[in-house]
Amino acid sequence: MAEKVLMKGNEALAEAAIQAGCRHFFGYPITPQTEISAYLSKRMPKVGGLFLQAESEVAAINMVLGAASTGVRAMTSSSSPGISLKSEGVSYIAGSDLPCLIINVQRGGPGLGGIQPSQSDYWQATKALGHGDFQLFVLAPSTIQEMVDFVPLAFDKAEQYRMPAMILSDGMLGQMMEPVTLPDPEKPFDREANIASKPWATNGTKGKRKKNIVNSLYIQPDELEKLVVERFERYEIIKKNEQRAESYLTEDADVVVVAFGASSRVSRSAVNAARAEGIKAGLIRPITLWPFPENAIEAVVPTAKVFLDVEMNMGQMIEDVKLVVNGRKPVEFFGRTGGIIPTPAEILAQIKRLAKEGK
Amino acid sequence: MATMNVLLAGFGGQGILFSGKLLVYSGLLDGKEVSWLPSYGPEMRGGTCNCSVVISDDAIGSPLVTAPDVLIAMNLPSLDKFENAVVPGGTIILDSSLIDRKVTRTDVNVHYVDASKLAEENGMKGSANIIIIGKMFKELGFCTEENLFKAVEKCVPPKKAALIDVNKNALRLGFTV
Repeated sequence: MAEKVLMKGNEALAEAAIQAGCRHFFGYPITPQTEISAYLSKRMPKVGGLFLQAESEVAAINMVLGAASTGVRAMTSSSSPGISLKSEGVSYIAGSDLPCLIINVQRGGPGLGGIQPSQSDYWQATKALGHGDFQLFVLAPSTIQEMVDFVPLAFDKAEQYRMPAMILSDGMLGQMMEPVTLPDPEKPFDREANIASKPWATNGTKGKRKKNIVNSLYIQPDELEKLVVERFERYEIIKKNEQRAESYLTEDADVVVVAFGASSRVSRSAVNAARAEGIKAGLIRPITLWPFPENAIEAVVPTAKVFLDVEMNMGQMIEDVKLVVNGRKPVEFFGRTGGIIPTPAEILAQIKRLAKEGK
Repeated sequence: MATMNVLLAGFGGQGILFSGKLLVYSGLLDGKEVSWLPSYGPEMRGGTCNCSVVISDDAIGSPLVTAPDVLIAMNLPSLDKFENAVVPGGTIILDSSLIDRKVTRTDVNVHYVDASKLAEENGMKGSANIIIIGKMFKELGFCTEENLFKAVEKCVPPKKAALIDVNKNALRLGFTV
């Protein structure tokens, strides 16, 4: 196995994009994701790729649309306010059935908010990143290793289902360093084969095939309805096949914490501390935020006494947890927002309270 | 040592982030779980800087250190801000060339290192941070000596290879104070 190196999350993710065959990056600087752009600005030219700092986030996402149309692996990254600016382009990409990768290294909001880590874009990522009926495939890393591993996974799934994928990270994961194993550069991604596997790509007919058209405008309602319905049939397949979650000590858990990304790391420490005090606590960590890992939650509804949803926001994912639990067990919430990372002690206090109340 | 939470704090330019990197690389080479989280907020833009380092036998939950086992303070505002956050029985190592007050707490171990002055006198200006890491190693032995020196080689960028020996000498000086 390759040697473990220490890298910032943002830089490790950027290197993973190179290894995953991405040669088209369009970005615009914003804290706390700027290291992605900075790293790729140095690295892309060395591998014959294109790094372009656009004039705005809006321009960058539309450049992604154009590049993705040709079948190449295209990517953009930003942080919360910048992602909002991209929303129109994301909707067009979804409406054009194009794969691409969007990185959101979240910071506190709304508005310009702050620059410290946050998870307050959960709703935006999973419900409505843009107008119209559509979904993104959303992965939530909790370690730098996952910041790396999820890049090829996100591209693969985006291409398999012809939809935009997002890695929903945050300022903590973007800025921190921890040991990571990068992909083996001896096994390079075959970009030509990848493009050849996309018969829809607008990369020149060479007079041999019918023209491909990439478009999201359909004036006839019945035509548009047919396309949207077909897209949602795909979403059903994704919901069935692509749910990912990690269940930790949940088999006998009375208190099941549900947390993703940065807050799941802190929650895991709290669960361990609770176990050390004899409290049966466990953790479900959604890895795919869309599709939401309903099966992992459903599996523990019969045995759990209470769920504790922990997020770095005012309570967004809790709605999806409640939809699965559907009133059968109480679902409580603890969160910090505005850029505050909760401490293990704060979460432990909540677990102890719930265990004591015997819910 | 199950888990050691370290908070390093000082002015920008004192090598706070570099010292933290040296600690995490030492831990990594020792086969430990490690994390490093810099401040990147408004306080950094005001000239102060801090860095959370966790070295642990187990997977690391929060990389943010709010209750340090070890506080390294390289200026007065950092000591003022974090002195009370240190866990009882913890350790404070400070640069007494730059901080002219004593630690008021009595339930922590305190080491006053005249680091900036020592660095200046020994022709290693700018290495006060590394002298302090040397002192920390001597007091707490958080990794093997071999790995500490190997970590220096990992952390110093190839373009500045001349600084490898300077840093190693600064560590050695820190062992003696």
